[in-house]
Amino acid sequence: MSVTVEDKVTPADAARPGPVRSDLAASGRRVLIALAGLVLAIGGTFLLDPYRNYQLAVVAAYLCATAGLTVLIGRGGQLSLGHAALIAAGAYSFGLTSNAMDEQGITGVALVVVPMLVGVVAASVLGVLLGLAAARLHGPYLAGLTLAVVVAIPAVTSTFSSVLGGDAGLYISVQRRPEALDRIIAVEQWQAWVAITAAAAVLFVLSNLVRSSYGQRMVAVRDDEAAARLVGIDTTRVKVAGFTISAGCAGLGGGVLAYVTQNASPGAFSLVFSLFLVVAVVIGGLGSLRGALWGALLIVLLPDVIGTVLDSLDLPPELAQRLDGNVAVLVFGLLLVTIMIVAPHGIQGWLSSLRRPRRRAPRTAPALSTE
Amino acid sequence: MTRSRFLRGVAAVGSLTLVAGLAACSTPSDSDDGDGSGDSAAPAPGVTDTEVVVGTHHPLTGEAAAGYATISAATTAYFEYINDNGGINGRSIEYIVKDDGYNPANTSTLTRELVLDDEVFAILNGLGTPPHSAVIDYLNDTEVPDVFVASGSPTFNQPEEYPYTFGFNTNYIVEAKILATYAQENYPDQVYCLMAQDDDLGEDFEAGLLSILGEDGLATTQVYSVSNRDVAAQVAAMQAAGCEVNFLAAINAFSAISIGTAAKLAYQPQWVAASIGGDYNTVSTYLGDVGPALLEGFVSANYLPSHFSETDPWTAHFSDINEQYNRGAAFDGNTVYGMSVAYLFAEALAKSGETPTRESLLAALTSGDLMGNAIVPLSLSETNHGAYSGAQITTVTGGIQEYVGTPFTTGTGDEPVEPYEGGPVPFENEGIPVP
Repeated sequence: MSVTVEDKVTPADAARPGPVRSDLAASGRRVLIALAGLVLAIGGTFLLDPYRNYQLAVVAAYLCATAGLTVLIGRGGQLSLGHAALIAAGAYSFGLTSNAMDEQGITGVALVVVPMLVGVVAASVLGVLLGLAAARLHGPYLAGLTLAVVVAIPAVTSTFSSVLGGDAGLYISVQRRPEALDRIIAVEQWQAWVAITAAAAVLFVLSNLVRSSYGQRMVAVRDDEAAARLVGIDTTRVKVAGFTISAGCAGLGGGVLAYVTQNASPGAFSLVFSLFLVVAVVIGGLGSLRGALWGALLIVLLPDVIGTVLDSLDLPPELAQRLDGNVAVLVFGLLLVTIMIVAPHGIQGWLSSLRRPRRRAPRTAPALSTE
Repeated sequence: MTRSRFLRGVAAVGSLTLVAGLAACSTPSDSDDGDGSGDSAAPAPGVTDTEVVVGTHHPLTGEAAAGYATISAATTAYFEYINDNGGINGRSIEYIVKDDGYNPANTSTLTRELVLDDEVFAILNGLGTPPHSAVIDYLNDTEVPDVFVASGSPTFNQPEEYPYTFGFNTNYIVEAKILATYAQENYPDQVYCLMAQDDDLGEDFEAGLLSILGEDGLATTQVYSVSNRDVAAQVAAMQAAGCEVNFLAAINAFSAISIGTAAKLAYQPQWVAASIGGDYNTVSTYLGDVGPALLEGFVSANYLPSHFSETDPWTAHFSDINEQYNRGAAFDGNTVYGMSVAYLFAEALAKSGETPTRESLLAALTSGDLMGNAIVPLSLSETNHGAYSGAQITTVTGGIQEYVGTPFTTGTGDEPVEPYEGGPVPFENEGIPVP
């Protein structure tokens, strides 16, 4: 919900064709910054041990999804509780494609890139379908629809268990790290590189998107659909496109996740996980890409930190067993409540308000037009 | 402008924060880079002068937990007993148990945590065909011994493809052949059916049954998935097909759910369960008050000492340890199973030399010197990575599940089912393996 004053545009502004504030120099700079960030992050993996690199890869995979989700909810005002299903679509498509290509004896870069693209396309197609329905629905009805898609995952995988592997899921043969790197880096570090590259691509696309005229139209539709329509914005198209792009990002995240874990199973895309994604982007700061990063970090590191704390407490085994896994859910909930009270714009909103002079700080409450 | 530059630098700043945040809580290791160390002089991961650390993934929560959550506690208790008596070659065994909730996605993460973060010597008794299938390639790629997987799936007995993986349970195909032979002899000319889990467990068990009963030996095979507790449709289909003898290729929880659902439909066929879902106490507890009545005459198979036995020295020994080291938890098939796993691993460790390495552990496992503690022979060798390949029928009479007849052994192919006359492994040295 870190929608700032600058982001608010009149529908008339938004309807004007062409980029509003970006010029060629600015986008050139953005490409440079993204590349520099990518190189830095990849260099950073050398500081981490394999397990942290594995976690980093998972964070980057989740970041693809949370970034798309935060734009969809924060900028587009469309609530999706079903992003786990879109990630699952990406993961399963990646798995099926990668396995099929592996059987054909295809190796090399294609075995990484093609399945990822198929994952993105499959999730986007699901996103179009969801988006078409979503454009007609608001608030709880939209939430209910997207929720139903997640709940259906186990039923779909067990109905088509000969293809999707039922509860056990798919085992995925993937392209390993290039042989030249075998002696230099561990598998996990290579996985982190792939994941970071995907996340950087998603962040680059989305950060450009929110600044484009389309981004402005999204905000206009979110803030006042009737006004947006009056100035000639095709609101249905904006909404469907929003859902599709967000789904594509989630699909890429799913592909990365499948690549890293070599497994796609319904247990990884549970309802709880889907809700965690929403909670994570709200805690991180709705609408903010950096907030999406905080969210992705939380999903991966919070259970880890809680596990470490619980282990160090030396609890009786029965109690520890009962707390294991459940405490993370509890802490997540408490964190959500606390952050919404202390910092209604999430972690990122709070950080920005620290940096900004006081007179610029007052802001209106987030105007989510999900009602 | 300053602010917009900040916004534009999302990738840069974000990635940097990511790295910094993770680096802060990491413990970089400079030794093993995942290639597996070929240097046998260097100590193996997880082995110090005083300790050997092994880890596992078990369902402590979720649907499968009701049937298996007590196994790892029993294994831990047996290791504590060994540690209190001097350990193995002077080293105590530490057993790290992670809860994966029978969910392959969790297993992937937790196993990497065990290998990379906790730096375990080996993974011991990772439970379940679906969860463990998710990590078998990872463990073999990183050359981590993957010892005594809690599954009878032939997947975990492929020495060529997975040299680091060893199964524990009797192969599902072997067990199905033995159970089918018993059914043919004791319930001739009846209608046989199968309730199968929707994975390798169900498929392998069905293959074993069909190899004895013939290609059209099963009137119907119904399939359930663990994520859906409702099996009413499947049970009703079995009833409609006139099934009289129903085999169960199911985990404990779903043996109980199937039997309970059938009882609600006033349908009481003869149930014949795989050992994985045939522990009387566990299934009975799950069913509640009606358990004993519904399970009278329940047929299953087993290959470990019976927990009901009053004469087996292993059972008496395990029962004592359960009292002393496991806070007197309910003593059942899971307890015996968990402690048998601990005993066999300790035996392998004892025979892995003064300072165990991953290579010497594999050598000990395939040496043919290990005995185990079962009623059937231990068949580990260079070419066979499945611990047990035989079983004996159990039946429930008056709330007591006991062995009937003699143990049988057979192979996974066309080999005949043959009685095993070798007798149980003698109990020696207070159950503490020696080199």
